[in-house]
Amino acid sequence: MSEHFDAIVVGAGPAGNSAAYTLAKAGLKVLQIERGEYSGSKNVQGAILYSDALEKIMPDFRDDAPLERHVVEQRMWILDDESYIGGTYRSANFSKPPYNRYTIIRSQFDRWFSKKVRDAGALVVCETTVLDLHMDGRRVVGVRTDRDNGSVYADVVILADGVNSLLARKAGFHGELKPKDVALAVKEIHFLPEQTIEERFSVKGTEGVVIEMAGRITQGMVGTGFLYTNKESVTIGIGCLLSDFKKSGIAPYALLEQMKAHPAIRPLLDGGEMKEYTAHLIPEGGYNAIPAIYGDGWLMVGDAGMFVNAVHREGSNLAMTTGRIAAETIIDLKARGKPMTARHLAAYRKALDGTFVMKDMKKYRDVPAVMDKNRQFFTDYPHLVSQAARTILTVDGVDKKTKERAIRKEFARTRSTLGLFADAFKLWRAFE
Amino acid sequence: MMRVEEKLFQNRYRVDGARAHIEIVDGDVCAVHCQDKPCTFCCPAGCYAMDNGGRVTVITDGCLECGTCRVICGEHRNVRWEYPRGGYGILFKFG
Repeated sequence: MSEHFDAIVVGAGPAGNSAAYTLAKAGLKVLQIERGEYSGSKNVQGAILYSDALEKIMPDFRDDAPLERHVVEQRMWILDDESYIGGTYRSANFSKPPYNRYTIIRSQFDRWFSKKVRDAGALVVCETTVLDLHMDGRRVVGVRTDRDNGSVYADVVILADGVNSLLARKAGFHGELKPKDVALAVKEIHFLPEQTIEERFSVKGTEGVVIEMAGRITQGMVGTGFLYTNKESVTIGIGCLLSDFKKSGIAPYALLEQMKAHPAIRPLLDGGEMKEYTAHLIPEGGYNAIPAIYGDGWLMVGDAGMFVNAVHREGSNLAMTTGRIAAETIIDLKARGKPMTARHLAAYRKALDGTFVMKDMKKYRDVPAVMDKNRQFFTDYPHLVSQAARTILTVDGVDKKTKERAIRKEFARTRSTLGLFADAFKLWRAFE
Repeated sequence: MMRVEEKLFQNRYRVDGARAHIEIVDGDVCAVHCQDKPCTFCCPAGCYAMDNGGRVTVITDGCLECGTCRVICGEHRNVRWEYPRGGYGILFKFG
């Protein structure tokens, strides 16, 4: 393996695959290295695929991609211990092709994507772990793998090695991740007959439902839960800031078990057969936590660069977009005969600044800190809102005006009148 | 309530008998200097355990390769964490 490549891509998730595919399609000599048995065997996600990001890379992906269900209904639940109150958006528009988003099963989807990468002409090597970057001074010139004589060299290395990104840390490009900047999510997949899913979620054909959840299920920690419908399975998971897990002492698998036992959730899983349990770190530090994403001879894409919009539960689309734009930057520099120096690769960051990736990350830059300092959004409010709904909806001979007064009093007692206004202001500022 | 061992039983692994990809650097650091031992309750696969003497042990067979222990030990930097050799470790069926 001592050949020289135009580019080496480390990792075969959505970011790495998007980069490798785009580069190979443009005729560059590309090597992609993946540590799993096949591309996808080490990858974990909820998982929702956002069509737009992939369409920009592969317009006809729907022809043969393994897609589970297209999402026609999104539910947002705020849960307390016994109840949930929530909103649902369902539209027949979401059932008109081309569909906007799909549930997917990552091991299958990534494997399919990887085949496209190979077909485009990239050399994809699996079962190979990259141990270090080869440096020439400050410049990255290649990688050292765990194969015999496993060093390979290239003009540029794209680090698509995921949230832990050991390579950038070993090379000293980045400091260590902080527990407050990552969420730990655990997830299970439960298999159910297709017909049961259709009946239980009021869908037919390939229609699907997504439920995002917040409130008491995270037991005071900053985090959210989710339930997604696949063709013959549902995935259920919950993620909270790692710093909160550390503080609370709650084991992640116990948190998931308690969530599954919630009276609103348990019936949705009834009769299912659990076939896999997974865990994953999600970079949720936001814009302020984005590290250096380029340097001499290297670029960073996807989770490794902290590209996740936690507010909107988007990550794979940011991964694909950063992967594509990294590749386009390299293609352009090569066409113009420019060296892969930090000065030239800065065009990657500049291009990203003009896309939704950086714009959205920037818009929500203060959300992580606001949520961290204001636990009431995950504790007091779910309870207050749920209690208010119960008060109003219970018919018990008490007049509505008295009920409203009781609700107002309870809000003011828990948060104080000034506190309520302050909370509203904080939310508005963080999300505006 | 389903135990973590039952959950992990559903997963597929190719265990590397020759090399553990995670090691505790210095057992005394855990026993003496680390009060909370967050690895023993934050690891989603329950790979870490504390014995009566306050010493922490790690068995990586059920590891989900998430990186939690690595990040959570940031204060002490006492977890030596590498990815398993190529092809080894957890092999997600669905991911």
